[in-house]
This record gives sequence, structure tokens and C-alpha cells, in this order.
Amino acid sequence: MVKNTRNGRRARLIQLEGVNKHFGHLHVLKDINLTVKSGEKLVVIGPSGSGKSTLIRCMNLLEKPSSGKVTVDGVDITAHKALVAKVRQSVAMVFQQFNLYPHKTVLENLTLAPMLIKKVPQAEAVKAGLAYLDRVGLKEKANVYPSQLSGGQQQRVAIARALAMRPKIMLFDEPTSALDPEMIQEVLDVMVDLAHEGITMVVVTHEMGFAKTVADRVIFMDDGLIVEENSPQRFFENPTHERTKSFLSRILR
Amino acid sequence: MVGPFAWFKWEALFRDWTVFAEGLKTTIMVAVLSLALALILGIVFGVLGTSQWKLAKLVSRIYVEFIQNTPLVIQVYFLYHGLPHMDVMIPVFAVGVLGVGVYHGAYIAEVVRAGIDSIHKGQMEAALSQGFSFWGAMRHVILPQASRIVLPPLTNQAVNLIKNTSVLAMVAGGDLMYRADSWSSDNLYYGPAYVAIGLLYLLLCLPLATLTRRLEGKTGVSS
Ligand SMILES: Nc1ncnc2c1ncn2[C@@H]1O[C@H](COP(=O)(O)OP(=O)(O)OP(=O)(O)O)[C@@H](O)[C@H]1O
Ligand SMILES: [Mg+2]
Repeated sequence: MVKNTRNGRRARLIQLEGVNKHFGHLHVLKDINLTVKSGEKLVVIGPSGSGKSTLIRCMNLLEKPSSGKVTVDGVDITAHKALVAKVRQSVAMVFQQFNLYPHKTVLENLTLAPMLIKKVPQAEAVKAGLAYLDRVGLKEKANVYPSQLSGGQQQRVAIARALAMRPKIMLFDEPTSALDPEMIQEVLDVMVDLAHEGITMVVVTHEMGFAKTVADRVIFMDDGLIVEENSPQRFFENPTHERTKSFLSRILR
Repeated sequence: MVGPFAWFKWEALFRDWTVFAEGLKTTIMVAVLSLALALILGIVFGVLGTSQWKLAKLVSRIYVEFIQNTPLVIQVYFLYHGLPHMDVMIPVFAVGVLGVGVYHGAYIAEVVRAGIDSIHKGQMEAALSQGFSFWGAMRHVILPQASRIVLPPLTNQAVNLIKNTSVLAMVAGGDLMYRADSWSSDNLYYGPAYVAIGLLYLLLCLPLATLTRRLEGKTGVSS
């Protein structure tokens, strides 16, 4: 598959400059510089504890960098008194544990934030919510509670909830890691669909098939550093770093 | 020899029933207002106790520990006898509302904090990531979930609060306890006086206590 990886004209949507993160004396992110362009699909892989979640959570400031600058859609969200909540409206996140609101129905999960934060009228929010549910194949579940759904269904609802905010960027932190194997594909299918629509995606995943088909670029993290950064073809066929090679040989075994 | 519960003493009590009705009214009013105050304080300090903001956490901690570890009577004495020395005069009714409200606010803060802590932190993160403010996330996502857990201990607090309004008797607060004290110290009919107000407190508290038990049963079944 051919992808337009090096499109210089596309705007920089996310930019991390010299980002460091410490937890106590743990140095979790080490001077990270990274740019994600509009429409780009970036896949982040790396061993457990390498800082992938911390990295992606710096992109919507769920984790506040100890130093460095994070710019999202032109706004420096690390600046003092930055309007972070405003920026977050256009940066949706999908979590490993789904984090649906258990006290709300599936449809209410989709309409809550649009109605309260974006002040979308109820009728409109409901209509849009149903359309997004339809898109992830769960329209008939609109009025049940999340606890009545399977893990795969819950994660699809979580993706629909993210879409309902009409974000410019979608962040995925290991969206299939908590799922039973037979449910992984239904979630990946939805994500592949999304990718084809041109939304900007940053995805932490160990699903190499997904990375190969969808990613414009893959970065490999280890011990708080971006060790390798490449197109998926080169990354998987011709990794240059020792650590990348040994990691790939372990998970592609 | 006349027994402590002789019939003519009861007759005297029924004759003076308005004294006790006044007391009941005061007790109910103090209870309702101080419960409202305690809820507000409890929610605010309970939420602050869970926040990432260290100063807020500290302030909440100090409030809770200070109030929980000193006797209610001393707190009320401070309001009643202490504040006037600092040229702050407050009517005795307000002393009751403030004293009991602040006292139970500290307990409710702990109940609320525990309730919020029991909600998975992913809920707050999901709400924040959608663009909710901290308080917006609390109001629409966290507190509705926490309230189901918090409700039984909260009604239990309400029962304790009603009983503790009797502290007002120590500062001539005009509540049920005070009326019984003063009425019976005039005529020495202690027996009927305390039995009667004991029953009245029971009447106020028992429905709430029953409700607590019901709610506990419910959350027990669902979890
Ligand atoms: N809130 C926190 N407090 C203290 N340490 C943390 C915190 N969050 C993460 N860490 C530590 O930071 C390091 C990086 O964590 P991170 O979650 O970013 O790794 P990861 O690459 O996402 O790992 P995994 O694949 O297991 O999800 C780990 O050592 C982790 O224990
Ligand atoms: Mg992680």
C-alpha cells in the first residue's frame, strides 16, 4: 500500500519539543521531540514501561510534562493558564479500559459532552449520537447500559463517544489490550475505517497488522526515548536498532 | 412515696405541651439547616480532599482532623463563649446551626472523599479528555456515581446530626433537650420530660435509620 508519508504541506497538529516527564526520580520521557501532521496515522510501539502511555497522555495534558512544550492545533497547552479544556474538545482519547460512564446509557454516553460542553441541542446530539452508533454497528444498543455490553462492544461505543465530539485528533492507548482475542478484530475494523477517513490518529498498540496497514509512521520507544522512527515497511522489514530488532523478534515470533 | 413517673407529672407535661412543641420546632429547624450546611461543607471539602492540588488537600485534611478530634461541646462553647470575646456576636440559633453543621460537615467530607476515591480514576480522565472542567466532571460524572455509594453512610450521618443538636441545651439553645432540662428543673418532673423527648428524638431518627438500612441492603445486593 502506498501512502503519502512525506507531505510537507500538511499542518502540524501536534508538536512535542524537548518534553521530559519525571515521576519522582523515575525519568519516564527523555527530551522527546515529535511532530504529528494533520491526517497522519502515527503508531507507537515499545515494551511495557517504556513511556508510551505517558507520551500519548502528554498530548492532551492528562499527564503534565515536567519540562518542554506541547503544541496542539496551534495552542501551547503547556503554557501557564492555557485553555486546556478547550483544546481537549478536539482531541479525543480512547482508553485501554474503555472508561464509559456506567451510570449513563450508551446513547447518553455519546450525547453528554456534546450537549454540556459544546452546547449542541439535545435533538441534534441524539441524532448525531445514533449515527455514530450506527457507524460502529451498535445502533440497536443505544438504550442499554455499558455493563450490558461485551468488551469489544464497549470499546466500539467508546470510539463512537470520541467521534461524537467531532475531534481533529484521536488518541488510542492500547485500545485492544483489555479485550478477549475474539473481540479484537471488531474494534480494529472500526479503527481501520476511521483511518481511511483522514482523521489524525496516534495509536499505541501491539497490533502489528494494524500498524502495517494503517500507519504512515511507526515510532519505537524504549526507556523513555524514541529509539527508532520510520515508515512501517522499513520499520518491520529493516529495523536498524538492536533494541528494535530484539523487541520485534519477541512479539512477531 | 411518689414515683418518678407518677401520673400527675405526665398530666403536667401534657398541660405544658407547647413548651415541648417549641423545642421540637427548634430542633427540627436546627437539624435541617445544619444538615444543609454540613452537606455543602462535606461535598466541597470531600472533593478538595481528592484533588491533585496539594494546598486544597491540606486544607481539607486540617478541617477534617481538627473537627473530628475535638469534642462538639467545646466547638459549640467556642462559638458561644469564645467568639464574643473577639467581638463576634451570633445568636444562639446560629450557634447551633454553625456548630452542628461544621461538625458533621467534617464527617460527611470523609464519607464523600471515600465515595469519590472508590470511583475508578479512568472516569475522571475520560471526562477531562472530553473537555469537562474538574468541577464539571465532578458534577456530571463522578458525584452521580459516588452518590450511590455515599447515600447509606450519609443518612446515617443525618441521624447522628439530629441527636447531636441536643448539644444546644448546653448553651440555652431552646431545643428539645433544653426545654426538657429547664421545664423539669423547675418542677423536678425529670422522668416524664426525658422519656417524652427521648421518644420524640426516636420519632425523628427511626425513619432515617430504617432508610439507611434499606439503602445499605440495596447497594449490598447490586455490588
Ligand atoms: N502516575 C504515575 N506515578 C508514578 N509512576 C508512573 C505513573 N505513571 C506511569 N509511571 C511509570 O512510568 C513508566 C512509564 O509508564 P507508561 O505507562 O508510560 O509505560 P507504557 O509504555 O505505557 O507501558 P505499558 O505497555 O505497560 O502500558 C513506568 O515505569 C510506570 O511505572
Ligand atoms: Mg501504557
